[in-house]
Amino acid sequence: MDANEPEVERRDDVMASNRLQVDSSSGAPAVPLVIGAKESAPAPPTEVVFELLDLNVYYGETLAVRGVNLKIHKNVITAMIGPSGCGKSTIVRTLNRMNDSVSGFRVSGEVNYHGHSIYASGVDPVEVRRRIGMVFQRPNPFPKSIYDNIAWAPRILGLKRDLDARVEQALRGAALWDEVKDRLRSSALGLSGGQQQRLCIARAIAIEPEVLLLDEPASALDPISTASIEDLMQDLKQTYTIVIVTHNMQQAARVAERTAFFSLDDAGDGKRAGVLVEYDETATLFTRPADERTRGYVTGRFG
Amino acid sequence: MSRRENTALPREVVEIGVVAGGLRRMVDRMGDRVAFGAAALASLAAVALIALVIDRVVSGAMPSISRFGIGFLWQTTWNPSLSSGVRDSNVYGAGVLVYGTVVTSAIALVISVPLGVAIGVYLSLLSSGRLAGVVGPLVELLAAVPSVIVGLWGIVVLAPALHSTIDPALHAALGWLPIFGKPGTTGLGIFDAGVVLAIMVLPILAAITRDLFANVPRELKDGALALGATRWEMIRGVVLDSTRSGIVAATILGLARALGEAIAVTQTIGAGTAIHASLFASGDTLGSRIAEQFIGAVSKLQIASLFYCALILLVMEFLASIGAQLIAGRSVRVRGAVI
Repeated sequence: MDANEPEVERRDDVMASNRLQVDSSSGAPAVPLVIGAKESAPAPPTEVVFELLDLNVYYGETLAVRGVNLKIHKNVITAMIGPSGCGKSTIVRTLNRMNDSVSGFRVSGEVNYHGHSIYASGVDPVEVRRRIGMVFQRPNPFPKSIYDNIAWAPRILGLKRDLDARVEQALRGAALWDEVKDRLRSSALGLSGGQQQRLCIARAIAIEPEVLLLDEPASALDPISTASIEDLMQDLKQTYTIVIVTHNMQQAARVAERTAFFSLDDAGDGKRAGVLVEYDETATLFTRPADERTRGYVTGRFG
Repeated sequence: MSRRENTALPREVVEIGVVAGGLRRMVDRMGDRVAFGAAALASLAAVALIALVIDRVVSGAMPSISRFGIGFLWQTTWNPSLSSGVRDSNVYGAGVLVYGTVVTSAIALVISVPLGVAIGVYLSLLSSGRLAGVVGPLVELLAAVPSVIVGLWGIVVLAPALHSTIDPALHAALGWLPIFGKPGTTGLGIFDAGVVLAIMVLPILAAITRDLFANVPRELKDGALALGATRWEMIRGVVLDSTRSGIVAATILGLARALGEAIAVTQTIGAGTAIHASLFASGDTLGSRIAEQFIGAVSKLQIASLFYCALILLVMEFLASIGAQLIAGRSVRVRGAVI
């Protein structure tokens, strides 16, 4: 029985890199997505914080992310969207060297932070992470008091002066102060999921990083907590450069000025790796995507 | 391929199938009951065994309890001599032994807890998978070395080594403390026995703490690293901090092991009869004294006093075990909240 004939896969030989020109012949369909007020105010390109140049990420022999070129701008919220396994979390964890502890992890190409490669020899990953904060998918407060969750990192980094003020400022910055100011000494584990996630944001900003990487920060939260995190992001972007990975297209449309769409693609060798398909102003990406795959994803045809 | 067989099974086949199924269910149900009964019986037997042991120890100790009372715990005379001319003949007290037991166990923990935690940290967090795969089982193999062999090693290798290196060094550096007095003539003594016990406790602590640290959620460790903590700051601030009660529970389990060890202590402690300030002097422990004297005991009161020693040891062990369970239970609740 040879019922399963080898199926010849036809694929367009599209460049897996950054699309700069809009393909006008594609005729953008009307996308039933509400784009926030940002459409009227496209973010002016600011200073470049991160520049990825032909970035490949490997886990052992497996190529996880291929040929990504991407610039992330200062004080702009940049969203990374795409189907599961497309490498968006891998990339965001590559930006602060959180993948270093994963066995077999290796990069080629450049990850430049203000023009300096963070994977150059002699770069201390501890110093990289101190400047580039991260908030994870699941709230991960330490089993310590609310106060000590915030104060722990400043203490080890030697920022002990006015610690109380620093803790208060961080909690205010994360819009949590009013809810916890009377119970700073009680365990952080007693907070609700949304409060815990805001505590983790407070913990990250207490050491005054320049960048905040948010790896699906609201995926474990209810809609109300999600809304409060999204509101918070609008406040935080005044001070921080924010990169958010999200499964949720509406969330990207609501919060981000720029959006990068990633997909799984193979380079003709049958091995699939995450590639950057399209990167643009969020409004453009959702309403007039240049790439067929982006259009398919944002209109909900796949993913 | 024809499909006829599948559609219409003969009636008899179906019936046999039903009967066979019923039979299997019956066998299963009986097996279920037998298994349940056997498990319950085994548990009951264990409880009964503990009760029998306690009963035997208490009744064996009774003559000594009624003769020496609670003072047995701190009286230091232990004189099995029966000749009437000797002062305090046939008088017993466990003071020297209680002291020796507590002090050797304390030495064992002081040495083995930091080392065991360090090994646990190394195996669970620092070493690469392959190295941990070799070192881990080797450490656990240490627990499989019979105590009499560790004791022999303590006599032949450790005692001379301590006598020529560590003992004089400690005396020279900290000799103003009475516990680091002048080293003895052989190296055998309380300190040697404590080090031997430390070697025996070490694999327990290393194995338990390794599992403890490995189970700290990855998100917590990542959370610490993402804040710009070094690996050591992450280990100290998050891993060790969140497993404190587990480490204490592991320590108590190690203590229980150290308190009860008899043979290796008998071999290395030098069978002393008095309390000396210096750790380099000889001494004895409850378990060791029982092992030394039970077979050659000359009087009923001596046997009763050895049983009394056993009772004290039993109580110490129970307290340690209960303490470990209470703390471990608390730790599970705390960790449950984390996850």
